[in-house]
Amino acid sequence: MDRDENERRIVAGIVENHGRDAHRLLSMLREVQRELRHVSPTAQQTVAETLGVCVTRVRAVVEFYSFLSAAPLGKFDIRISDSITDHMLGSRDIAAYLCDALAIRPGDIRPDGRVSMAFTSCTGLCEQGPAGLVNGYAIPRLTRERVDRIVELVNHDTPLSDWPEALFAVEDNVRLKDRLLANPVKPGASLERVLAQGRETIFEEIETSQLRGRGGAGFNTAWKWRFCYEGPEEVAVCPPGQPAAQAERYVVCNADEGEPGTFKDRVLLQSHADQVFEGMTVCAYLVGARQGFLYLRGEYLYLHQRLEGVLAERRRQGLLGEGILGRKGFDFDIEIRLGAGAYICGEESALIESLEGKRGVPRNRPPYPVTHGYLGKPTVVNNVETFFAAAAITLHGGEWFASVGTEKSKGTKLLSICGDCSRPGIYEYPFGVTISRILDDCGADDTLGVQIGGPSGMFISDKEFGRKLAFEDLATGGSFIVFDRTRDVLEIARNFTHFFAHESCGFCTPCRVGTALLKNLLDKIGDGHGAAGDLAELSRLGRFVRSTSHCGLGQTAANPILSTLERYPELYQKRLKTIDFEPGFDLDGALAIARRLSGRDDENAHLTQT
Amino acid sequence: MTKPFLQIDGKPIPYTAGQTIMEAATAAGIYIPHLCHNPEFEPHGSCKLCTVKVNGRNCSACTFPAADGQDVLNDTAELNELRRTVTQLLFVEGNHLCPSCEKSGNCQLQAAAYFLGMVDAHFPFFYPARELDGSHPDILLDRDRCIFCELCVRASRDVDGKNVFAIGGRGIDSRLIVNSPSGKLADTPIAATDKAARVCPVGAILVKRRGFEVPIGERLYDRHTLAEESLEREEPIVESRHD
Repeated sequence: MDRDENERRIVAGIVENHGRDAHRLLSMLREVQRELRHVSPTAQQTVAETLGVCVTRVRAVVEFYSFLSAAPLGKFDIRISDSITDHMLGSRDIAAYLCDALAIRPGDIRPDGRVSMAFTSCTGLCEQGPAGLVNGYAIPRLTRERVDRIVELVNHDTPLSDWPEALFAVEDNVRLKDRLLANPVKPGASLERVLAQGRETIFEEIETSQLRGRGGAGFNTAWKWRFCYEGPEEVAVCPPGQPAAQAERYVVCNADEGEPGTFKDRVLLQSHADQVFEGMTVCAYLVGARQGFLYLRGEYLYLHQRLEGVLAERRRQGLLGEGILGRKGFDFDIEIRLGAGAYICGEESALIESLEGKRGVPRNRPPYPVTHGYLGKPTVVNNVETFFAAAAITLHGGEWFASVGTEKSKGTKLLSICGDCSRPGIYEYPFGVTISRILDDCGADDTLGVQIGGPSGMFISDKEFGRKLAFEDLATGGSFIVFDRTRDVLEIARNFTHFFAHESCGFCTPCRVGTALLKNLLDKIGDGHGAAGDLAELSRLGRFVRSTSHCGLGQTAANPILSTLERYPELYQKRLKTIDFEPGFDLDGALAIARRLSGRDDENAHLTQT
Repeated sequence: MTKPFLQIDGKPIPYTAGQTIMEAATAAGIYIPHLCHNPEFEPHGSCKLCTVKVNGRNCSACTFPAADGQDVLNDTAELNELRRTVTQLLFVEGNHLCPSCEKSGNCQLQAAAYFLGMVDAHFPFFYPARELDGSHPDILLDRDRCIFCELCVRASRDVDGKNVFAIGGRGIDSRLIVNSPSGKLADTPIAATDKAARVCPVGAILVKRRGFEVPIGERLYDRHTLAEESLEREEPIVESRHD
């Protein structure tokens, strides 16, 4: 059998194993990538033919997700996290050291095909960086010693399964517990309460808790679940007291924790997965769903098997599957679907597109997923922490939860704290806590500012540490990055702006072109070629991208620039040239090709730019 | 029974249930600039030229449902400035060689630039070098002139039933891809008479040997503004859909 034929056989087998279900395209392509180290044009063609879809449908998906590749990657594919927190912990030096040791350049595959290396967006190991992925599996705390070990394993061609477990050990680092982390729910306890109290009572408890979505947008959870239960007008089939049987409904847990600096969902899934699944099952009972999905970001691949284990155990205990806890008609199960390296899939409608096996392009809204979600059916999409909290609220009651927090932000919030502080990790606080209190607790001093809510949030300066974490003041999905006075504000904004330009899906003009222009303009200023006009342009373009983009990514992509420009105009000014205008191109650099072609490199072959 | 109304620039406009703001406006003879929208196809909402302010918030008129009591701003200095910027972004993203382009005078992007008073590109050009496909005997595909409106994607899928096009890549590296094992247009069933070959609002998909047929001065947008041409073509389509 020739190589192509063999490849076709493997690929067709994978497609068959997934029941030729085109909605599972992303899962299939992940497997093809794993087996063959890439999804070659031949493989794409085979997938398309076996599924009976256009090859463009397959090709478009391969090209959209960072972890899929049409060209072969190394047998060991190493990716180093390019998040700002990894930078601060020395990731670029470590990457250079790794490249030296492997004799490879970033973005390349070694000629022997053994290893490839590249940078990737935040891996969610921000407090134990610099971090990387090897064939998708997370390796935290990269030091020169650990890199030496990796290089040795690569050069000895040791199969990944034989690599020492210690390399992959990821810590929880929970530093402060409040009512949620201190009162874990025993598997089944919330479900028993649901069955004992009935749908309406539990709906009321969740309403009383005033729980708002923990992903950042903060939509009222009880309302969302109620809307899904009631469904869109054209399929409104479930008056109170009657089973919501006619229209399919779905419960989706958004575990695409891609916001740089956030890792609390990772910890919840690592150590409290049971409670997260319990929350999903409570939701399923309330809205009448039979199928749930955990959309797990590709960077958390290392959790996959463990989570499958938790699901299997819950099925064994009768907490998932048919007739949950013996209640006839209470059928619900959860499937884990992995992402493949696209931050935009954290946006709920893009996540649903991805679940359906497509590119993660955010949908037009309205209609919203809660009435027209997965396969066009009513779908609840909530963040990991939201389901985690909902399970506890179901057990302990709405009042228990709502008795702390602020007027508009009830309960507690999990924060992922990292950056310049001596005790990074997970902290649970009642809403309303001040920034200065958090900085004291995590051991931050000489702090310049804090990035709240990740790149899409806001940079606040040391003059604002009296402000509070709450939807009324500083809303957050949980990312809290501390920067001390040794840090360069412009470099921070630059890292974030590159991130957004890289992660823009490209659907709408303002975000596709705007984020790329912002990146180029900020690079120009950062590299010392900026003039006064560039600052005005940066601010104008930033506001334009914010107000015209299609989805949250574009609407927040300029925040790092706008919020630092507002607070530290003098730092930007300092980087500018004193002339009014500076061209965006390098005249002498533009002659490089001509010099190479003519074989000349004397003095007269260079131009000085004035 | 009285019809429900919304307001566009202070003027009451009737609409029927299910219409978008764009459809209501077109039916009432009001032009909202747009490129990726064409009432013959499902709305797309990607170009953002049709951004209007609905009760103070920016929305895409082509996808946003019309509703009672909406206060819509359309023809304002602020919105037209914003649309001019969108147009500039589209110009610098690709290689738009208006003076020598066969589509010149019949190109909606060019006409939008004139309509919105765009006098320069303002931003630095990206000068992309995406693959050009001249393989088909009758159709040329120049990816550097593509504005990602996906009209060809929709036309080939929904009208021609051939699914010839899709968007590949991501972000600024997005590009039009072609549905054949070779990725070449010649290996697809597309024909010059297909809707997909003729729907392109810019010069990305061109029917060969038809360039410069009409003398300068007599081309489509020499004689009409984009607003006049759009309304004339689109009003009857919208009217017939929502009788």
